[in-house]
Amino acid sequence: MFEAVREQAMLRVFRDRGVLIAIWSAAAMVAGVFIWLLADIAMHGAPRFDLSFLIDAPGNSGRSGGIGPILVSTALILTVAIAATVPVGLGAAIFLSEFTRSGGLPGRAVGLSLDVLAGVPSIVFGLFGNAFFCIWLGLGFSILSGGLTLACMVLPVFIRVAEAGLRMTPGDWRNGAAALGLSRLAVLRQILLPAAAPSLVLALMLGIGRSASETAALIFTSGYVDRMPASLLDSGRAISVHIYDLSMNVAGGDPGAYASALALIVFLFIINGAAKWITDSLTARRIVTL
Amino acid sequence: MTSSKQNTLPLSRSDTWLIRVLAVASTAAACILVLIVLFMLQEAWPVLQRIGLLRLLSDPAWHPAEGLYGLAPMVAASLAIAAGAVLLAGPFGVASALFVRFYAAAPLASAFRLALLLLAGLPSVVLGLWGLTVLVPLIGRIEPPGASLIAGVLVLALMILPTIALTTEAALDAMPESYLRGAAALGLSRESTILGVILPAVKGSIMAGVLLSAARALGETVVLLMVTGNVVRLPVSLFDPVRALTANIALEMAYAMGDHRAALFVSGLMVALLVLLFVLVSRRLGGGWSFNV
Repeated sequence: MFEAVREQAMLRVFRDRGVLIAIWSAAAMVAGVFIWLLADIAMHGAPRFDLSFLIDAPGNSGRSGGIGPILVSTALILTVAIAATVPVGLGAAIFLSEFTRSGGLPGRAVGLSLDVLAGVPSIVFGLFGNAFFCIWLGLGFSILSGGLTLACMVLPVFIRVAEAGLRMTPGDWRNGAAALGLSRLAVLRQILLPAAAPSLVLALMLGIGRSASETAALIFTSGYVDRMPASLLDSGRAISVHIYDLSMNVAGGDPGAYASALALIVFLFIINGAAKWITDSLTARRIVTL
Repeated sequence: MTSSKQNTLPLSRSDTWLIRVLAVASTAAACILVLIVLFMLQEAWPVLQRIGLLRLLSDPAWHPAEGLYGLAPMVAASLAIAAGAVLLAGPFGVASALFVRFYAAAPLASAFRLALLLLAGLPSVVLGLWGLTVLVPLIGRIEPPGASLIAGVLVLALMILPTIALTTEAALDAMPESYLRGAAALGLSRESTILGVILPAVKGSIMAGVLLSAARALGETVVLLMVTGNVVRLPVSLFDPVRALTANIALEMAYAMGDHRAALFVSGLMVALLVLLFVLVSRRLGGGWSFNV
């Protein structure tokens, strides 16, 4: 009897030790692979990463030269995407949070369609963008097509984050404003939007980050052309497409691909850092905490 | 929560316009999905109508030029890669979350958490680049050619691991404190608490996170395009080069015409339906949507 109990206790100690070791080694492996990945990109990207790389035009299909026109195209695509996302997204977020009953039909219908849209894979956005913007609307392979396709893709995320921020503002403020006889527009402009500003910034930064990382939706909408774009109707190569193309289709393109990947990661870090800094300072400036 | 709709003041003129503008914006946002469904169906229609779903899955090969549209090997490859990635990332993701919450000291835990967040934010094309230039040659040394099913599984696992870890961590945070107190009162060791109390309690949320990441793995394109070799064939061994359904679209859209193009849109629809199915089941299990990560 006593022996059996002791044996069981021993087994349990062994099992506990096993779980402990398993969890520590799993975490160590994850951390190890992450460091390996970052170190690899930093090491292979750094040799070519300098100011002239960021400014120069690519030469010899990207084997030499820099990524100047590609950065310009990327910036234009992002600008189009954001310019299309913000008005529509902000409008929809305000409508969902302020002017629909929770559980009412309009709110549910829009909400459901956004949730489904958020689940659609990016390659499908690429197919849709190609069929709708490039061919049906006749925009061709262009920065405009690519940016609008990205706008469709990031819209659900933007709306949901902005909506959540608006919903978090206390209802008392709305009641107080109504008691003072303020119009709904004035309440939004003077009280609710400023109060929700941190969430709106977060929504914007999430949208920019996601757009900048996207490849599959852009290959067949904004295209491959690596020249400096002259207008929004020109095809322009986004930086993620550039990385993909250099590593897959250009023999000897790896150094350029790594340097571009480094540039993309640095940009994403800056965006995330800026988002955190802006949200923190906006939150700190607020008189009343939520 | 009180909101503006409980305001019973009469609408001023600017308010009427405001509501109109907002309704238009919301309708536009909701219409995107309708447009996507319409255009996907319209482009896919010629093949759906004349060739039919059955032949798309039963044709012996994928030779669009000769009128053979067998998608089965690519569907199998997509599913195999997603399943492999989830099987690999699942245990590591859950272990990472447990590590952050119960094992690591505070500074280490926040550093590890930051690493997970950064990993979650890495663009897939960067992961693909790393897989192509680092992992594929390594795998090629074990068994050529290197670009293979297993390479896809490994890179995708790395890509979805943060999702699983972060959803599991959120579930751990949401778990009632009393469970842990009860376990402590019973004198359970940390490991017994994990195995006997915590994991059973958050099982549903973990499953939801896993399904959500499976959906992401199924819909991923660029990583698979870069590391799996893109040979259309039924995967037999882990080291076989394969072509995923999504990669096929990206590879052939550039020159596809007519029925070939339509067949690519059908495969796009198939991917979208599979992904949405996973997301739906995940939501039923109590998880959030992909943007909650």
